[in-house]
Formats: sequence, C-alpha cells, structure tokens
Amino acid sequence: MTATTQPQLLVHDKADNVGVVVVEGLTAGTEMLCVCTEDNSDFRLTAKADIPIGHKVALKDLGAGDTIIKYGEDIGKMVGPAETGGHVHTHNLKTKRW
Amino acid sequence: MAFDFTQDTVKAWRRENGRVGVRNHVLILPVDDISNAACEAVANNVKGTMAIPHAYGRLQFGEDLDLHFRTIIGTGANPNVAAVVVIGIEPEWTRQVVDGIARTGKPVEGFWIEQNGDFETIRRASWKAKEFVHWATELQKEDCPLTDLWVSTKCGESDTTTGLSSCPTVGNMYDKLLPHGLYGVFGETSEITGAEHICVKRAATPEAGEKFMKTWQAYQDDVIEAFKTSDLSDSQPTKGNILGGLTTIEEKALGNLEKIGRTSTYIDVLEPAEAPAKGAGLYYMDTSSAAAECVTLMAAAGYVIHTFPTGQGNVVGNPIVPVIKISGNPRTLRTMSEHIDVDVTGVLRRDMTIDQAGDALIEMIRRTANGRLTAAEALGHREFSMTKLYRSA
Repeated sequence: MTATTQPQLLVHDKADNVGVVVVEGLTAGTEMLCVCTEDNSDFRLTAKADIPIGHKVALKDLGAGDTIIKYGEDIGKMVGPAETGGHVHTHNLKTKRW
Repeated sequence: MAFDFTQDTVKAWRRENGRVGVRNHVLILPVDDISNAACEAVANNVKGTMAIPHAYGRLQFGEDLDLHFRTIIGTGANPNVAAVVVIGIEPEWTRQVVDGIARTGKPVEGFWIEQNGDFETIRRASWKAKEFVHWATELQKEDCPLTDLWVSTKCGESDTTTGLSSCPTVGNMYDKLLPHGLYGVFGETSEITGAEHICVKRAATPEAGEKFMKTWQAYQDDVIEAFKTSDLSDSQPTKGNILGGLTTIEEKALGNLEKIGRTSTYIDVLEPAEAPAKGAGLYYMDTSSAAAECVTLMAAAGYVIHTFPTGQGNVVGNPIVPVIKISGNPRTLRTMSEHIDVDVTGVLRRDMTIDQAGDALIEMIRRTANGRLTAAEALGHREFSMTKLYRSA
C-alpha cells in the first residue's frame, strides 16, 4: 500500500465478505483504496452507491441467505441482495440471534 | 527503547486500606431518594464536597436491595473518595452504609432525617462535611506505581469504527498493563451476545468460563426471553449504533470484545458492583450495556479510572471516576471533539498503529491519574445511575 494514501475502506480479516467505509462523503463511482487490517494488503473496489462513513460495503455479490463474515466471524444473514461495491445494512442484513 | 510500564509512577493518594485513588472527593451520599435534598443542601453549604443524588433506596428487598447497598457502599469506599457524609431517612440502613464504608478505614459519618428534620440534619452534616473538607484537602499525593491503578472499560454509542480503532486501543492497553499488576474489568452482558462463544474462550480457567456462560445464559432467559415483545433489533444495536453502520448484535459484540485485546484473559466473573477478590488481572462483570449504569457499577466495585471507547459520541461521565473517552471516528472528532480525550482517527487513516494508540491511551491514563481533568469532568458529566433488578415492594 502507498503509505501516504488514505484508504476509503477497511476490512478486518481476509475471510470477510464486507468492509467498512472510513471516510466521510464517499460517493457512488469512487474507486476505493481498500486495506485489510490483518496483513495491510490492499485492493481496489468501486463504490456502487453513496455510502456513509462507518457503513458496510459488499466485497462480492451477495444474495438472500448468504452469511456475512466480518472479523472472520458470522455477523448475520442477508435478507436481500447486494452487488459488489453495494451498501450492506439493515435493509438487507439481519441478525441470526433475535 | 520500549516504555517500561513497571517503572512508571503517578502522583496519587494512597488510602488507609492501601488502595490508590486519583481523585480526592468528599462525598455527601444519600442512602435513599428522599434524602437527596438534604445532601444537596449540605453540598451547597460546604464547597469542595459533592452530593450524588439518585432515584432509589426505599422498599427494595432481596437481591435488588443487596445490589443497592453494594453500589452505595462501594461508591463511598472507592479510593477516589477521601471521606463521606452519609444521609438517610432513618438510622438503621444509614448505619449499615456507614459501617460498610468504614471498613476501608476512611472517615465516614452518618446522619438521619427522622426526628431531626431536614434543617437539623443539614446543620449537623454540614459541620462534619466542613471538617472532612479541611482534612481531605491537606492529604498529600505520593508516588504510586501506574500498575497499582484499577482501570475499567465499557464502550458506548459504538459504531464500526470502535471495533477498528478505539476498542482495540483499550485492548492493547490491557495487554500491556495487566501482566504488571493492573486490575481491569469489562462487562455488558447483552452486548456479548453473538460473541459469547469467543468470550468464553478468553476465560483464564474452565471455572471462570463456566461462570461466564451461566451469567450470559441467565441474562438470555431472565431478561430477554422474559420481557421481549419483539426481537431486540430496535434497541440492540441502538439507533445510534445503526446510524453509525452497525447492523447486527453479532457485529456489535465482536467489536465490543476487541476491548480485551489479543492476549488478556479474565480470572473471574463478578456480580454487578462486586469488588474483585482474586488478585490482579482482568475480570468480567455482569452489567447492563447502558453507559451510566455500567460505569456506576464498575466505580462501585473500586475501579478508579474508566476507559471509554466511543464511535458516534457517547458523552457519559461519573461523579467519582474520571471517564477517558477514546474515538477513532473522524466525523465525531469533527463535530464533538470537546468530549474526546484520546484521538485515534489515525488508525483509520493507517498512519497510527494499534500499538501506538495503546501507548497514547496509557499516557492519557497516566496524565489523568496525575490530575488532568477528563473531557467528561470538565463538562460536568456526573451521571450516577443505580441498576435496579426488579420492582420495589
């Protein structure tokens, strides 16, 4: 990764299928610098929507029933679709607990 | 050269029982809700004292009453408190609180309102409070090892940035200081849901792990299943959490658990407000996830500094314990920086490592112990919220 460039998206673990937007004002079409905090590896991904800081982005195409992995762990299941670079939140992701 | 935490000292007050306090409060402590007015009048009469009014203390019974006494006595017994004036409506429970606090060896005296009235109680209590203030303000600080401190943690208004930055900052601090004699504590039973299978593995012994699972299961059965009217998606995660990007309780729990670092293990599971009794190290306390309630319980257990990661910007403080706020959310630092003591936004920019963030927190703990007021103290946040288990008789 380029040390002077600030990433727009951070991913906890190599196994994760979502990442977190860490900048304000991210707009659709932005080619994001994405960094995996586990090993500092990076990759590029285009945001498909205006996604607020702190919110999650799909790293691959996701469909209803898919398990979402973050921190390398199960954080719930999709109840609607999200395309690669799309927004993942309460509209398409739900807890498996309650 | 790596910082040698074992050699680091702070200027603080060594109390009668050997514990180290970082504040020197003279408390005017109500036993019950109807004694608040008298306590506030005494605190108004005598500068340098602090009344901590609260909502409960009448007609409680059983475990709920035990918790009430443990919280009130524990608050008075906390090493951040030099001396205590206790005021209750009647003598019996007032004496019980006085006797509990007196076991620390610190000066404490009780007054009751029945057969005296507010005027006479306030007059006599004010004389004693003034005597305590003169005594306490001449107590000298001494050099105490940094690792003699008891440091608690609980996060609030979490978002996805807390799991990435401020919670692992606390975890890094614990990983560095706990092996040298620090006492730590984390809790928030409802917020461990979704990560309980990971939390149980962080127990130092099978007994501690079993005790944790029993505590967690009791919460599921006695609180969630007994009282839920729908799923908890409307309150856990909170609306603030959801605005910040957290979607599920599992996601919130995994971020929360970052506060115990990579190597720390807990040696015992405490009841709410129970003082740790198995020596130095990390403890789990069965608490609510509501910020003021949780910090109040940990303060009552004897912890003297609280480390509080926040994402969206929880503003909680405590009357007797300095609450250090840590945030890595750049929007929160932009919009409400007056509440934040340790800025770890660099972790998200990737120009600050978790190791550096942990060191920055330890430095802020040291400065806070030496007397720097936290943002919450400077802004007057003194939330004292008792946990109540069920309805009074």
